[in-house]
Amino acid sequence: MLPILFGITLICFIVINLAPGSPAMLQDEFSPKASPEAMEALKKLYGLDKPIHERYFNWLKRVITFDLGKSFVDGRDVVEKIKERLPITVTLNLLSLIFIFIIAIPIGIYSSLKPGSFFDRSLTVLVFTGFSVPTFWLALVCMIIFGVNLGWLPISGIQSIGAEALPLPERIIDWIKHLILPVTIMSFAGLAGMSRYTRSSMLEALKQDYVRTARAKGLPERVVIVRHVLRNALLPIVTLLGLSIPGLIGGSVIFESIFSIPGMGQLFYASAMSRDYPTIMGILIMGAFLTLLGNLIADIAYFIVDPRIRVKKDV
Amino acid sequence: MFRLVIRRILKNKLALSSLMFILFLFLLAISAPFFAPYDPYEINVYKVLEPPSKEHFFGTDELGRDVFSRIIYGSRVSLKVGFIAMGIAILTGTLLGAIAGYYGGLLDTLIMRIVDVMLSFPTLFLILAVVAVLEPSIYIIMIVIGLTGWMDVARLVRAEVLSLKEREFVLAARAMGSASMRIILKHILPNALYPVIVAATFSVGGAILIESGLSFLGLGIQPPEPSWGGILSVGKDYITVAWWMSFFPGIAIFLTVLSFNLLGEALRDAFDPKHWADE
Repeated sequence: MLPILFGITLICFIVINLAPGSPAMLQDEFSPKASPEAMEALKKLYGLDKPIHERYFNWLKRVITFDLGKSFVDGRDVVEKIKERLPITVTLNLLSLIFIFIIAIPIGIYSSLKPGSFFDRSLTVLVFTGFSVPTFWLALVCMIIFGVNLGWLPISGIQSIGAEALPLPERIIDWIKHLILPVTIMSFAGLAGMSRYTRSSMLEALKQDYVRTARAKGLPERVVIVRHVLRNALLPIVTLLGLSIPGLIGGSVIFESIFSIPGMGQLFYASAMSRDYPTIMGILIMGAFLTLLGNLIADIAYFIVDPRIRVKKDV
Repeated sequence: MFRLVIRRILKNKLALSSLMFILFLFLLAISAPFFAPYDPYEINVYKVLEPPSKEHFFGTDELGRDVFSRIIYGSRVSLKVGFIAMGIAILTGTLLGAIAGYYGGLLDTLIMRIVDVMLSFPTLFLILAVVAVLEPSIYIIMIVIGLTGWMDVARLVRAEVLSLKEREFVLAARAMGSASMRIILKHILPNALYPVIVAATFSVGGAILIESGLSFLGLGIQPPEPSWGGILSVGKDYITVAWWMSFFPGIAIFLTVLSFNLLGEALRDAFDPKHWADE
């Protein structure tokens, strides 16, 4: 874990230092008349007069203490800016993940039980659509159909104007209405992949000897599927949970800017457009950190689900 | 074996039509001036935001440019980025994966650690950060997409090399005194070719999707150069009055990526000896 964290910070640092010129030069653009002395002072302020490795370790020291610097745009602490955006993004991603699991696993199981059936073939179509459709385009199309033409759902933000004044139950309904479109579309690609994966994992488990044994000893088919096949098929899916997180978080840049959701992705997009280096770096680290956290949770879940690992650890 | 694979692809209707579509797209891109009815940059203030008609199949955009012609020219960007990014990803991944698998030890640990680190970034974040720091241009986009997409290939090639390097023909080559690099290039990699071809086909589609996403966000191909994502990006501002500006480029991206994915899937099946039994 630690070497990976170290590598993450190293790559972030390299990315930002790819910039032609230096962060101080960027600020010159706003004040072209700055004297050489003033520029030297500015360089000192950012530590740009030091060699690069020294600068990296200085920066790393600050990152470890959660000091990500101040935003170039409004001078606020980057940590503060991320903190107020993070809950929305994490909530959206968690909702999508839950959504994917609740829908994809039954679809995958069902189509694995009747390979080649109409349902199974429809799943294949869904999978290829999910992998190939540009999600931002799908989001636009759905916005037009459900938001503008049919007028069923709001198309931007996470709550209506003046929603704070509403009583709590209505506020929750308002909130859910705003989230339906983004969460559905965010889940779409993941849904396709996950149901496909569940299907092949189920097919693999169905071939095992213990399934034949279970059937041979006369267990009802339902018990065979649920107790013997499903439990084994679900194991690799837990790993996939961890692997699907970077894609989801990355996708939040696109979805949050399309649906004007004030989350971390939207902040990242705004920072990229205005070249707000400290914020870009901060969110980049945060995104990688969230991915690692997701992998860790997946590992723990694997540990809980799979008794064999626990037994090995005990020995 | 190669002939068998081709025969299997030709038999598969879906794969064949995907292949035809990709070849057709190449033809469009190469001879765009011949197929496009209008100049993609030509502004016509009298024909702004016109719906699809006989003169303008896909309508016109906010500056009166022909959307159909712009989509035809846009195929150049998508194919260029898709294939070059794929090339970079496959070369990097194959090289690093082969080195890690063949030499093992410290080098293997180091390369696989780099893979782990790269995989822990949300890909789009990393790409956007690099593109924001450097000026977005088609070359930077190709390189960045390529350099953020090699990790799966590296893992795959490493696994192949690990299983191949203990085989008799490799041991024989080593016994005859071949140099390591020669063994990797002449004996091991050709045997790991098929999974790499499959991964390459999928990664062209993936790269086209990422490029169009970047252009959609305004951090990819810069206007006025026509790109599918770029047309969509402008189109979304006019979506309530001119649906055709957003609809057609999206369909173009979808069909192109779908073709590469279907072809990749068909190649995977065609290379898999398990599927040969039923012939």
